Amino acid sequence: MAPEPPLLTMSGITKSFPGVRALDGVDLDVQAGEVHCLLGQNGAGKSTLIKVLAGAHQPDDGTITWQGEPVTLKSPIAAMRLGIATIYQELDLVEGLSVAENVHLGHEPTAAGFVVRGKASRASTAALLKRLGHPEVDPARLVGDLSAAQRQIVSMARALSHDVRLIVMDEPSAALDPDEVDNLFRIVGDLTAAGVAVVYISHRLEEIRRIGDRVTVLKDGRAVAGGLPAKSTPTRDVVALMTGRNVEYVFPDRPLAPAAGTTPVLQVRGLARDGEFEAFDLEVRPGEIVGLAGLVGSGRSEILETIYGARKPSAGQVSVDGRTLRPGSVRAAVRAGLGLAPEERKAQALLMLESVTRNVSVSSMSRFARVGWIDRGAEFRAARAATRELSLRPDNPAVPVRTLSGGNQQKAVLARWLLRGCRVLLLDEPTRGVDVGARAELYAVVRRLADEGLAVLLVSSEVPEVLGLADRVLVLREGRVVHTAPARELDEHRVLDLVLEGSPVASAGSPTGSGGPATGAGRPATRADRSATGSDRSATGSDRPVAGEGSQAS
Amino acid sequence: MTQPVSPPRGADKVTPVSEPPAWRALAFRADVRTLSLLGVLAVLILIGGVTRPDEFLDTRNLQLVLTQASVIGVVTVGMTFVITSGGIDLSVGAIVALSSVWATTVATQEFGFAGILFTAVIVGVGCGLVNGLLIAYGGIVPFIATLAMLASARGLALQITDGSTQVVTVDSILGLGERDAYVLGIPPLVLVFAFVTITGWLVLNRTTFGRRTVAVGGNAEAARLAGIDVRRQRLYLYLLSGLCCGIAAFLLIVLSGSGQNTNGNLYELDAIAAAIIGGTMLSGGRGTITGSVLGVLIFTTITNLFALNNLQTDVQQIAKGAIIVAAVLVQRRTANTT
Repeated sequence: MAPEPPLLTMSGITKSFPGVRALDGVDLDVQAGEVHCLLGQNGAGKSTLIKVLAGAHQPDDGTITWQGEPVTLKSPIAAMRLGIATIYQELDLVEGLSVAENVHLGHEPTAAGFVVRGKASRASTAALLKRLGHPEVDPARLVGDLSAAQRQIVSMARALSHDVRLIVMDEPSAALDPDEVDNLFRIVGDLTAAGVAVVYISHRLEEIRRIGDRVTVLKDGRAVAGGLPAKSTPTRDVVALMTGRNVEYVFPDRPLAPAAGTTPVLQVRGLARDGEFEAFDLEVRPGEIVGLAGLVGSGRSEILETIYGARKPSAGQVSVDGRTLRPGSVRAAVRAGLGLAPEERKAQALLMLESVTRNVSVSSMSRFARVGWIDRGAEFRAARAATRELSLRPDNPAVPVRTLSGGNQQKAVLARWLLRGCRVLLLDEPTRGVDVGARAELYAVVRRLADEGLAVLLVSSEVPEVLGLADRVLVLREGRVVHTAPARELDEHRVLDLVLEGSPVASAGSPTGSGGPATGAGRPATRADRSATGSDRSATGSDRPVAGEGSQAS
Repeated sequence: MTQPVSPPRGADKVTPVSEPPAWRALAFRADVRTLSLLGVLAVLILIGGVTRPDEFLDTRNLQLVLTQASVIGVVTVGMTFVITSGGIDLSVGAIVALSSVWATTVATQEFGFAGILFTAVIVGVGCGLVNGLLIAYGGIVPFIATLAMLASARGLALQITDGSTQVVTVDSILGLGERDAYVLGIPPLVLVFAFVTITGWLVLNRTTFGRRTVAVGGNAEAARLAGIDVRRQRLYLYLLSGLCCGIAAFLLIVLSGSGQNTNGNLYELDAIAAAIIGGTMLSGGRGTITGSVLGVLIFTTITNLFALNNLQTDVQQIAKGAIIVAAVLVQRRTANTT
């Protein structure tokens, strides 16, 4: 494009973490004075890439060229010295220090080795804040007392307090209201006019259209498109590049006759938590997979965790086989036959220091114990049987669970509940952090478990996953069920309509599907005629609407 | 360690791996740690044998070292459990003091041997119960709750004794410390220590209680979501630590023939230090009774060596500090190599 050499060129950047290849030969070039947008779903590698750029991660392979010179960014300080500043999504401010102290953190103005606290620092901070359009922020105030938007400004002031040539902004608009976003864009405009380059990460395509010059799309650790024109590339092309799901969305066949006649194993009535979700009703039968679709913040995970007893409901009840569970008790839920594969596998499910065996047996220990004494042989054999059933690899449950890939770690969690003999499996984002190839296998495992009589409740932020795997789908918006239908009567477009805006169905009839006790076939799919045929087992999603990226937001 | 992306069908034909290298490395590392601790102990014994051949290797001296190790050793076993669960118990020394003075009041001594033993254990367990309830159900962080117990128990111990030493007059208690009571040359206190150690090892490594302890320390949220009653487990752990303090207090009464409010001074630091150099992770999730006991033996031997060589306690303290730092640095290096 531009005749002069790019300000920054990253080529062939590769970075692996135990169990996952986060970046696989990514190329990125940034010109001075442009806004270069970085797009991609969660887990596509955006965060890792900008951490490499910030000097926080060292790449395993690849080269970085800065103004024509090859450089290594050994540390965040090295990156800062070159003029690369990063504004992280989780703002890295010290709440107990003042605005001015935060802005100058790490490069405090000093005199004879002592930090100068005083006028000079506050004055330069005030000047920066004024330049950023927020002169009302007092440099002497504690950051802990500021609003989210003000903290963002402080973070930006800190970046600008260096002699900066390139600013990386990781979803800067996420915490801002529209006025503040306008101000942000004005600042970005000022910066680029002054020749500073901006790498801008956002899920919101309309923002990228407004301020972006070029777009690089990441997917599964690769740059699937580099340097596309931000304003003229058709939205559906961008979305197709981001999702590009041809491989991973291969779903197992559904049984032809859903388990209609059998009595539900899981019944949820009027479950609610103040401020999170209200009046949630649900029945799941053995052999049935029910999906919850909705945006982040729609209450999906909260509902799942409340059913499981990990959160205490403010109203309503959960019963398994007709027996009501004690509210807010995980132990009662587990005893009754519930099992949860939580969203954050490493933080909420796995004992990372332990072997696969112990991770699998942890919920069924007493079965291998006599007066507390564990029969380790029986434990190992049972764990091996459970992991073999799910073809977990390597086929040796004695290995530490942290050496497993994401998909196999998820299988270890499933094996835990399989061994426990659970009746209802609650899956929260079951394929997060799971390799493309391993996803199909996980889908097959879940379907097989359902065929064997398990009831499954599935939550996923990826609409095709819910539509492809579930038999029946509940669409959630702001804590309420707005639609219930068999999965084959819905398509992605329709779900996204329901999730994002008011839907024709919801505004015409009763506002929610939660009024009565019936959930299943109670609501006829009024627009089933326009939905895709049920036989389409591999969604390609190329007709995804502009609103589509909303489902990736998190 | 990424799996090669293979079609789902390929899952059927995986040859079972009999001994994966990762598991081997782990077992090897555990052995290396134990061996290196044993090596340090051997070096210390060698130093003792060279510098003070007559005094150090004397049977009486070795009996003395082991007896001294017994009191702090029993406390350390309890501490190892607490640290493995991700907690800390700063009150162990104070609980030992309180138990020892409560069990040696004139009133208690009237009930003889059983009265003293029972009181020591019950006071220890009672303090542990308070710790456990505050931490597990009151939501107070272990550091603060046990710090408060440290202060209160010491204060109560001082109140009971009014600063005086309570001499034990029960003959059966004093008799336990005499040479006549030794079993095959082993003092009964050491036998108690051995019993507590073996029981502790079995409980930590072979029982559901031990597993739950490790699970709570490794990832409390995961343990909770796996159906473990994390709070009850925490309560039990501080009870266990209190129980160990009660037993240690009894051993101390036998050893010193008295109860004093200054007993157990800085036991919390010695016990934590012994557990840490033994290989128990302060952040929880991994604990080793073997390592802790070796840590105790190393510290006690050093104290003995310094005393025999007429070196002052200040030098001992400096040496201890250096050993703690060295041990942790070595551990970090071995941990990083995997």
